[in-house]
Amino acid sequence: MTTTLFSFQQHTLKRQGVSVLSSLNLQIQQGERVALLGISGAGKSTLLEALRRQQPKQSAWSPQLGALVPMLSVFHNIYMGALNRHPPLYNLTNLIRPMAREWQSVAALAQDLGLSDKLRTSVDRLSGGQAQRTALGRALFSQRDILLADEPVSSVDEQQAEALLTMAIQRHHTAVVALHDRELALHCCDRIIGLKQGEIVLDAASSSLSISDLDPLYRRG
Amino acid sequence: MNTTAARFRRTTLLIALIGFAALWLADTRITTGDPGLELQRIASGFLAPDFFASDQLIPAIGYTLAFALQGVAVGFGCGFLLALFWRWRLVRGFSAVIRAVHELFWGLLFLQVAGLSTLTGLLAIAIPYSGIFAKVFGEFFEEADRAPAHASPIGSDAFSLFWYARLPLVWQHMKTYGAYRVECGIRASAILGFIGLPTLGFHLETAFRQGDYNEGAAFLYLLMLLVLSLRFWLKPMLMPVWLIAALVWAPPRGNVTEGSLSRFLTQDIIPAPMRQADWQWHQLGDWSSMLLHEQILPGLTQTLVLGTAALLVTGVLSLMLFPLISRQFGHPLSRSAGNGLLVILRTLPEFLLAFIFVLLMGPSMLPGILALSLHTGAIVAHLCGRFTDTLQLRSDASHGLNRYAFEVLPRIYPNFLALLLYRWEIIMRETAILGILGIGTLGFYVDSAFSELRIDRALVLIAAGVILNLLVDAFSRTLRRHLRLRHSLSDLG
Repeated sequence: MTTTLFSFQQHTLKRQGVSVLSSLNLQIQQGERVALLGISGAGKSTLLEALRRQQPKQSAWSPQLGALVPMLSVFHNIYMGALNRHPPLYNLTNLIRPMAREWQSVAALAQDLGLSDKLRTSVDRLSGGQAQRTALGRALFSQRDILLADEPVSSVDEQQAEALLTMAIQRHHTAVVALHDRELALHCCDRIIGLKQGEIVLDAASSSLSISDLDPLYRRG
Repeated sequence: MNTTAARFRRTTLLIALIGFAALWLADTRITTGDPGLELQRIASGFLAPDFFASDQLIPAIGYTLAFALQGVAVGFGCGFLLALFWRWRLVRGFSAVIRAVHELFWGLLFLQVAGLSTLTGLLAIAIPYSGIFAKVFGEFFEEADRAPAHASPIGSDAFSLFWYARLPLVWQHMKTYGAYRVECGIRASAILGFIGLPTLGFHLETAFRQGDYNEGAAFLYLLMLLVLSLRFWLKPMLMPVWLIAALVWAPPRGNVTEGSLSRFLTQDIIPAPMRQADWQWHQLGDWSSMLLHEQILPGLTQTLVLGTAALLVTGVLSLMLFPLISRQFGHPLSRSAGNGLLVILRTLPEFLLAFIFVLLMGPSMLPGILALSLHTGAIVAHLCGRFTDTLQLRSDASHGLNRYAFEVLPRIYPNFLALLLYRWEIIMRETAILGILGIGTLGFYVDSAFSELRIDRALVLIAAGVILNLLVDAFSRTLRRHLRLRHSLSDLG
């Protein structure tokens, strides 16, 4: 028996008062791995925000903007995914002096993300790809069931992007990921939702699609 | 850790170490018998201000505004002229020296030459403000976009280029900064009352010293009203009108008696041992050594200790106060209360706060540290709080203490440090004059020297203060450069 996690019926999503997606009908079940595709401005980020509002407590969140605190270390930025699990004074102590227990669990995660040697480095001294791994790390460290990620691997080089995304998706029972890399979407996800001009124009299983089926999403007009 | 935050942490540790050492050295005793009772009496005065006890309210407001407007206007003009030659090291050095001397010291100096007169009030503000305006305007010109001037037809003369392609780029900044300086000028003008000029500070001091707290409170409320109402009546369009009114009310005239200027220049400022015809070098040596050991060193040490302790307390207070007004914390009601508190602390000059605290606690360093850090802390907290409003946090950002420690503090810390270090010089400048209230800083010795008519000593002491100020400024600038901190034009506060 499947549980419906997200559901929209004739919904209109607005961003700063302007309608971005109109008369939206969409359902996402537990266990699905969904890729959102579409040109920038198609409404992927707005849709992700709306999804998050439906499951705020269960969602691991990896947004595009303002994701990290640049002057803090990778360790602290990843640890921030766990802020709500501990009392504030515990967090403050860990900010001033990382605790061995937290260090070990963050280090184990950093190993999988390829960030082992950067734990002590602040994010403003990292490459774009490394910063993205850190942001993804924070989402993973929050230990939620649903991954909601907005272009989580766009700055990571191609070979590693797929391994990283697969790993991130596997650690959640459900995932909705906005992507621009069509191949990556077909490999890592089992359902593709294509957005264009404020509407869902494509919604199909990845197994039934080829790269060329996705081309119309990116064509003008 | 190889983090940017670690660099901030090391500087913070340095400031904290120096600050705690200073606090430990500082004399923070309460020497009055019953501060609680006095506080009650002052508080009851503030609850029932008596606006009709004195017939001097209107003239006091008139003189306060007249000195402020004239002084700021002359300072604006001279500072502008100096800024045109900001490339020259001589001009930069000259500006640094004249702004390192506090308005009150300039006032004490001109009292000797021009007497208790409107000219003294004008010059006491105009001279240091010229130095301040020169620096700020000079930096405006340096930072302004040079592209418009470069894009102009080759062969355009420098004079036309200045008016067409350089000045328009910074004029708006200059006007905004000038308006802010009028606010500071009113505070400075009020404070000049403490050395005898007929501004609000004079009547306030008299009333408070006589224990007429209801009357004193009225003058204090008026000062706040003047500063807070500025934006309603100080329109750029009306500036000429206000200036003419200021000139009519208090035409700048000196009270120069026959020969007083020449006596000042040829006798008073000459070191005492050199005034005899047959003076010898060892006499000058003894005099300098006496001055150094008995006045300059104790005065400078106390100034440094008080100023550094105040810097630490300022930093702590700003970090505690900024969440009160930040949109990242609290709700509208708590923010308005926080804003109200910060406005009061920012509006009242630190010298005036120190005066009231000295009445309560006696002339130890405690009232000085409290006054300086409350006023400066409120300014830094205000600017930091405004900056946090521009932060875009992600929608799942934490709340409360977590938000403060993990999201907000690391992001504003560079700005906070830049502001605090930038304020250090100003704190030192204010610390020096607290001596006039009986606290043992440099101003204590300067004030005594002036009242004993030993102008020669006063000048040497003031010069020592200038050197201390320039050193602190250089140190703070080194720290800021090391941290790669830049305050932007809008942070000048």
